[in-house]
Amino acid sequence: MVATAVRAPDRAGRRRRALAKAGSRGTTLGGIRGRSKVSRFAAFLLGTFWLVFVLAPIYYMVLISFRSPAEYLTANAWLPTGGLTLSSYSAMFESAGIGTDFRNSAELAVGTIVVVVLLSLAAGYRIVRHGSRFSAVSFRVILFGIAIPIQAIVIPLYFITNKIYIYDTMYGLVLVLAASLIPVAVLLMVNYLRLIPRQLYDAMAVDGAGPWSTFTHLVVPMARPVLAVISIYSGLGAWNNFLLPLILTQSNNDTVLPLGMYRFASSDQYALNVPVVMAVVVFSVLPLLILYLGLRRQFVKGIGGFALR
Amino acid sequence: MALYGAFIIIPTAFALFLSFTHWDIDGPITWVGLANWREFFSDPVAHHSLVVTFELAGLSWLAQTPPAMALGIFVAGTQRYRAVYAAIYLVPLLLSTAGLSLMWEDFLFPQYGGLAWLGIHAHLHFLSKTWLGSPDLALFTIVVIIAWQFVPFHTLIFQAGRRAIPAELYDAASVDGANLRQSFWHVTLPQLRYSIVTSSTLVLVGSLAYFDIIYILTQGGPGDSTRVLAMDMYSVGFNQTEFGYASTIATVIGFLGILLAIVLVRSTGFGSMEGGQEGIW
Repeated sequence: MVATAVRAPDRAGRRRRALAKAGSRGTTLGGIRGRSKVSRFAAFLLGTFWLVFVLAPIYYMVLISFRSPAEYLTANAWLPTGGLTLSSYSAMFESAGIGTDFRNSAELAVGTIVVVVLLSLAAGYRIVRHGSRFSAVSFRVILFGIAIPIQAIVIPLYFITNKIYIYDTMYGLVLVLAASLIPVAVLLMVNYLRLIPRQLYDAMAVDGAGPWSTFTHLVVPMARPVLAVISIYSGLGAWNNFLLPLILTQSNNDTVLPLGMYRFASSDQYALNVPVVMAVVVFSVLPLLILYLGLRRQFVKGIGGFALR
Repeated sequence: MALYGAFIIIPTAFALFLSFTHWDIDGPITWVGLANWREFFSDPVAHHSLVVTFELAGLSWLAQTPPAMALGIFVAGTQRYRAVYAAIYLVPLLLSTAGLSLMWEDFLFPQYGGLAWLGIHAHLHFLSKTWLGSPDLALFTIVVIIAWQFVPFHTLIFQAGRRAIPAELYDAASVDGANLRQSFWHVTLPQLRYSIVTSSTLVLVGSLAYFDIIYILTQGGPGDSTRVLAMDMYSVGFNQTEFGYASTIATVIGFLGILLAIVLVRSTGFGSMEGGQEGIW
């Protein structure tokens, strides 16, 4: 199976094999700098291949979102020739619950960020500054939770949310999502707070500050960078999650964007209206793209944070 | 802590408990002992799902870790254009899985999609395939889409890893007369071992749980060709409402995930890794 799949005559597949090969040779070139023009050119080709692979479907999606349904069937699929129109974007708001879904997703993201930030801050402070046996054990348990795939526990989650009457509610979704994001957030927080020098705490104590005032005047301001990272991590997780809303919500009032666009795309009315579906997807990424352009460094950490030790 | 206990720890224990019960949503939960487990070990569909899951994991590793290593080393370079490339590489991580699945679905759509259009109008006929509709190609296509989504993330891991290698090591290698290939094999690769372990663990543990893309694009089909364990679990649970047996499958997923993480961590003596977060996106 492995062999046949790799041999399949696919553009992306060939590119990936080329990449894998280049990985052993071409990119070493980044290793010893300025050694050879040939090797640098090979690295450039490799990087550009992946760039095209990344951008091709995105470019196609954006272009199609500006086509009318009729033009979609006839016009050039790769060049912006012929008519371009905003009609898909207006159709999207007129006909579907996409506006509601958008608002729900925003609420979900904000709610999740608030819960995750507050709890990880409190937990992190407690684990770092007031280490008791209980908090040490809690930290272990939280780390263990990172290894449990959420897919493995969706049935109990479905059952429990039903039992405690938070099934199909926005705040229920916020709580479950927050719980699933907390392990990584606490880990990030603990690793960060450990960097605060003991002398600063001592100085606060000398000034007569209690635990609470130390927390608000020292820990919170110092933790601001990691709070940004955790916010982005949990906001991204909430905005883009599909599985939990699929399992834990039902009614149209509580549909979030990922689920809404899936239902939208499979509805009788829009299944064949590709431009509108593409417009919905483009629209759903826009807020994140704008944030990404403004806060690239924090985004990279938010995305990659949990792989750092 | 209570929140975390309520929605992660208790459900984990509860999933294990349910795997020994019979439960269809309306009826009571009844203890059936090992019946579900016996069913699991004799169920050809579950066996098939297990095989597909392992195939997906293996192919995903091939499609993600080596390319991400190459790209990570590439973007760790100092040229300015590489920083621009690196910024663009991350864009797939901004798309929701649902969004990018719909994008790919239409991109690969037979006859009208972007690839098929090139196939027809640029006479690149090998592009005009039913990428998601043919049992031979669907799993492979899914692997490519997953790679598109997650390679950027793994590239970050390797970029950080490559940047952490001290330049003196390369200087020493070149003093010893090492060429590029040798310094890759003897300096870069060994120095990147933690990045390789982290990336491999995340790919393998993550691929046990791939669900969203498959649910949206193929629902496990055509036939059973992309029915991974997570899809099987969803289908048995939420379509056939056999929550007891579905919990057995879920427990297998969770068990495999933890086992894999432990084996990889132990076998490489890598103390503080974190795994299994790919499912979040």
